[in-house]
Amino acid sequence: MTTATNTPEDQGFRLSQLIYDTRYRSITIQVIAMLAFMLIAAFLIRNTIINLSALGKDINFGFLFNRAAYDINQQIIPYTSDDSHWRATLVGLLNTLLIAFLGCILATVIGVIAGVLRLSKNWLTARIMTFYVESFRNIPVLLWILAFMAVLSEALPAPRAFRGEDPAASMWLWDSVAVTNRGTYIPAPVWGDGSVFVVITFLLSLLGIWAFGKFSQRRFEATGQILPNFWIKLAIFFVPSILVYFVMGGPITLSYPELKGFNFGGGLHMRNSMLALWLALSFYTGSFIAEIVRSGILAISKGQTEAAFALGLRPSRTMNLVILPQALRVIIPPLISQYLNLTKNSSLALAVGYMDLRSTLGGTTLNTTGRELECMLLMMAIYLVVSLLISSGMNVYNKSVRLKER
Amino acid sequence: MSNTNSLSYVRKEMLEQQPAPRSQVGFTRWMRENLFSGWFNSILTIVSIFVIYKILAGTLPWLFGGVWDATSLEQCRTILNERFGNTHYACWAVLTERWNQLLYGFYPETEYWRANLAFFLMLAALAPVLFDKVPRKMLYLTMAFPFLLVWLVWGGAIWGVTSVAVGFVLGGVAFKLVDRFGSMALSAIAAVAVAVVWWLLIGPSVVEGLNSTLPLGHLEEVQSRDLGGFMICVIIGISGIALSLPIGIVLALGRQSDLFIVKTICVGFIEFIRGVPLITLLFTASLLLNYFLPPGTTFDLTLRVIIMVTLFSSAYMAEVIRGGLAALPKGQYEAADALGLDYWKAQRLIIMPQALKISIPGIVNTFIGLFKDTTLVMFIGIYDMLGLSNAIRANAAWNGIYWELFIFIGLVFWICCFAMSQYSQWLERKLRTDHR
Repeated sequence: MTTATNTPEDQGFRLSQLIYDTRYRSITIQVIAMLAFMLIAAFLIRNTIINLSALGKDINFGFLFNRAAYDINQQIIPYTSDDSHWRATLVGLLNTLLIAFLGCILATVIGVIAGVLRLSKNWLTARIMTFYVESFRNIPVLLWILAFMAVLSEALPAPRAFRGEDPAASMWLWDSVAVTNRGTYIPAPVWGDGSVFVVITFLLSLLGIWAFGKFSQRRFEATGQILPNFWIKLAIFFVPSILVYFVMGGPITLSYPELKGFNFGGGLHMRNSMLALWLALSFYTGSFIAEIVRSGILAISKGQTEAAFALGLRPSRTMNLVILPQALRVIIPPLISQYLNLTKNSSLALAVGYMDLRSTLGGTTLNTTGRELECMLLMMAIYLVVSLLISSGMNVYNKSVRLKER
Repeated sequence: MSNTNSLSYVRKEMLEQQPAPRSQVGFTRWMRENLFSGWFNSILTIVSIFVIYKILAGTLPWLFGGVWDATSLEQCRTILNERFGNTHYACWAVLTERWNQLLYGFYPETEYWRANLAFFLMLAALAPVLFDKVPRKMLYLTMAFPFLLVWLVWGGAIWGVTSVAVGFVLGGVAFKLVDRFGSMALSAIAAVAVAVVWWLLIGPSVVEGLNSTLPLGHLEEVQSRDLGGFMICVIIGISGIALSLPIGIVLALGRQSDLFIVKTICVGFIEFIRGVPLITLLFTASLLLNYFLPPGTTFDLTLRVIIMVTLFSSAYMAEVIRGGLAALPKGQYEAADALGLDYWKAQRLIIMPQALKISIPGIVNTFIGLFKDTTLVMFIGIYDMLGLSNAIRANAAWNGIYWELFIFIGLVFWICCFAMSQYSQWLERKLRTDHR
């Protein structure tokens, strides 16, 4: 009984081991990869330096603090053309974030409704939703943005149509919303003295709702009794704020849009560029979310519903406690990437003249200062940070709903 | 016995089979189940019918009452006013007048046959890749197609593209020859070296000589800026699709690998590309690429766009394939190791076929996204269909025409993308081996 135990003689290190021996090969490959990467990087950087010096340019972000000298038609923070490029960039970034935020909300609403209705037993509704999803998914979003813009600016009445004794167009919702081809005017809140208290009360009541949820959950686990959670939360949401509002003597009023001369004044002016971008991005992304929601619901096997019914849960509680938590696990990761896509697609604002980050920093600033390299680098870095922030934020949420495995 | 007697009535013969109640068969039953099964469903149905009616009543007359024969929007409106008394109808004449521009851009009209031929060759070259019933011999056409495409679309003598192709062939031959020594890495290096030597040192002079002595197959040269319309979308789309899949696979493998540096480079690349919008990459291609290249080099804007679009979608492709790799049970990797397969053999024979199969829907979705994203080239001065629709509108004759153009463009994209998604579903069904 002899076993082959004779190990190969140790011949010391040979050069061929770098390729043939798995112990060393990984190091060889990594060193080669590192060298190749550094060579390419050095090549690009060297070219850039040579090209820049040939053009007499340097890399300098100082221009950001010069006077911007251009106007931005939609500002969330105060901005005039005397402000710096830096502030213009910030205004653009805020506009990007605004459209991304509004778009994500509306897209989720549309997507959930369409996804659920596509599973509806109603044949007709399901077909309509299929039609919506397939048509929006398969046509470029840029075309949708342009199409929505064309609807808003071509098919809507001009402000002058609202004038006169017998106007051709009239305002919506009891004369509070004016939809015109120059944009939509909605009532704007006017914050009077003491409105701070109303806002604080409202925020506190949100906190109260959260605290009540915790309390009710603990009470349920201790005693097994279920409170009418929904109604109590609804009451906490509305009652304190409304009480404070009246106690303070109605500090928050609305300013309604009014026809002044040839255009509307007062109220909040939502530009067509923003509306078109918002609606197009929401409907486009909504069609993808609809598919995600549908597949998420379909992914939960029927046995789960039946098991919940067998335990005696009512349909609403089955949905809330059994189906949704499981479906969310399937839905959330692709949903995150849709939110990211929407945020990135908002850079198509260029097509309709919405002044987002790309149009301020990557557009007018770039063209007036001629600093392509700095502007593009800064813009990419900002987009990258925004994307990473959104995805990490959503990943935290995803972790909290993920299946807790032992 | 007595039991029979005690019963007052016993039927002796079978009853004739009765038809089912009217409400339980055919259309009535279908309506009851699918449209009016409850009050909520009934409301939904009525709302749906109302919506459909509104949409159809608004669009059908517009669609079918349109004018197909006119030379300007003005003339269209005159005709419509004569015919209907108003102008609430489509003016399809813009398509009759300009369809060739929307499809071919500013490609010279006498050379349309080349674009058409390239398109049909593309379909023929795709066939053996898409359907396994097609004879395998057709794959030679697939391999030759990229070179034929360049030659047909951009024109010039045939020797330039032939030289590039010869470089690939020589590289392949070198690979085969060195492969006998049994080292994958060595043969790869040899192949690349031979090809590069041919392309940089020998090829150009040979091409020049042949061009001057034997200008075979000379086609009129077409500049890149004359390409446009649907054609440029297809060229960018198909090149991006063909190139991004292999790059995506390599990136996905790199991201899964144990080698720290390789992995870091791959992760950095993927996350960077996925974090920025495509439009910033396209602007980089048009504004900044000259900074990154050696002084004096210029290369074609179309080529730059193809490179950027490819890089962009390969990062997404890598993530899709990584999902497929992660979904594969660990036993498959271990089984491949147990069989004694090396890394590349295991990937090629065991891992990739399964991982790619799992990720088919994601891969095709990425392709569809890439194809739709080709519209963004409009922003950097390439006249794709949307860019051309703006150009057409800028013409005084067609100023103010939107919907006819948008519908045409949308329909073209819809057909392409819907076909792709249907193909992916068909492929998924065909490759499903789990006998469900």
